[in-house]
Amino acid sequence: MDPRTTVIGERLRRISRIIAVSSGKGGVGKSLVATTLALSLSRRGCKVGLFDLDFTSPSTHLILGAKNVQPKEEKGLIPPKVNGLTYMSLVYFSRDQAAPLRGADVSNALIELLAVTQWGELDFLVIDMPPGIGDVVLDLVRLVKRIEFLIVTTSSLLAFETVKKQVRLLLDLKVPIIGTVENMKRGKADDIERETEKLGVKFLAEVPFDPELEDAIGDVAKLLGTVFAQTIRELAASDITQ
Amino acid sequence: MHEWALAEAVITAAKQVAEKEKLKEIREVTIKIGELQQVEEDILRFALSQLKPASFKNAEFTISKAKTTLKCRVCENTWLFSKSKLDEDTAEAIHFVPEVAHAYIKCPKCGSPDFEISEGRGVWLENIKGVR
Repeated sequence: MDPRTTVIGERLRRISRIIAVSSGKGGVGKSLVATTLALSLSRRGCKVGLFDLDFTSPSTHLILGAKNVQPKEEKGLIPPKVNGLTYMSLVYFSRDQAAPLRGADVSNALIELLAVTQWGELDFLVIDMPPGIGDVVLDLVRLVKRIEFLIVTTSSLLAFETVKKQVRLLLDLKVPIIGTVENMKRGKADDIERETEKLGVKFLAEVPFDPELEDAIGDVAKLLGTVFAQTIRELAASDITQ
Repeated sequence: MHEWALAEAVITAAKQVAEKEKLKEIREVTIKIGELQQVEEDILRFALSQLKPASFKNAEFTISKAKTTLKCRVCENTWLFSKSKLDEDTAEAIHFVPEVAHAYIKCPKCGSPDFEISEGRGVWLENIKGVR
């Protein structure tokens, strides 16, 4: 038998809440929402971890401007602190190489990292998920019993159609959904809000399209000064910590 | 020191099996370690000896090593993993997460990184013997 899954509960035991920032669709801004949410919670005085599980296209290290950091070996791996966050990513090991992983490899890498990462005590662990409802979503739901999902969509029907499927899957799996965030909002239509509520899920926030955001990648101080971050900060203060 | 986390997993898994099988005392635990993860057997043995609970007091840990077989999904070539072809940083990265082998190793015949790890990935608990 694979012994690794038996220690995952112990590794996560001292984490109060585990939030997967997820979407059925790619390109909706999950990584920016996850990273900014983690930073906002941290700036509120919480102990926060950020875990990048988008193995094939990791990007949170770029958003954080993480350079020259590595986990420390001590009865497993202790993630380094990056901008106040306890930060873990496969990129420490894959570096700037492409990591073409198939389903079974994704599951194995996920189990390995869950089994060896010593997170310590955290108020929140924010997970940046890969797009879709594939192996990582199913494995996390199976292995991390206390996981909650925060779902990101855009105003596009193309994104929201996949989000609807993801919501139905998570409801079938009886996984708590904190709510949805409508990112890169343009215009004033409230279709996404109405449709989200029809699904029985809370509509958390609409985040306006922020043209300044791209220039803030790699510069956390600049990122936290954007209109985008202001909206995520309000979300952290209301629906996440209340 | 990464071996300690794996040793803890082996002990936890073995305890779960022992409980399920209603074993009061464990006599033998058989573990297979795949070459790809490059687990240091001495450190693993030491960690197991330090972490084992009372019911494992007389347990013998048998550790066997498995060669790592890689099979290309494009040309179906099969080959054995060899650490000697890797630089130290790459070997260490694969030690921590064997799947990152896909970022560094390519099929020696066709150059594809799309291969499967057919055998010998990491740590596997093979068998437990004890008394009821």
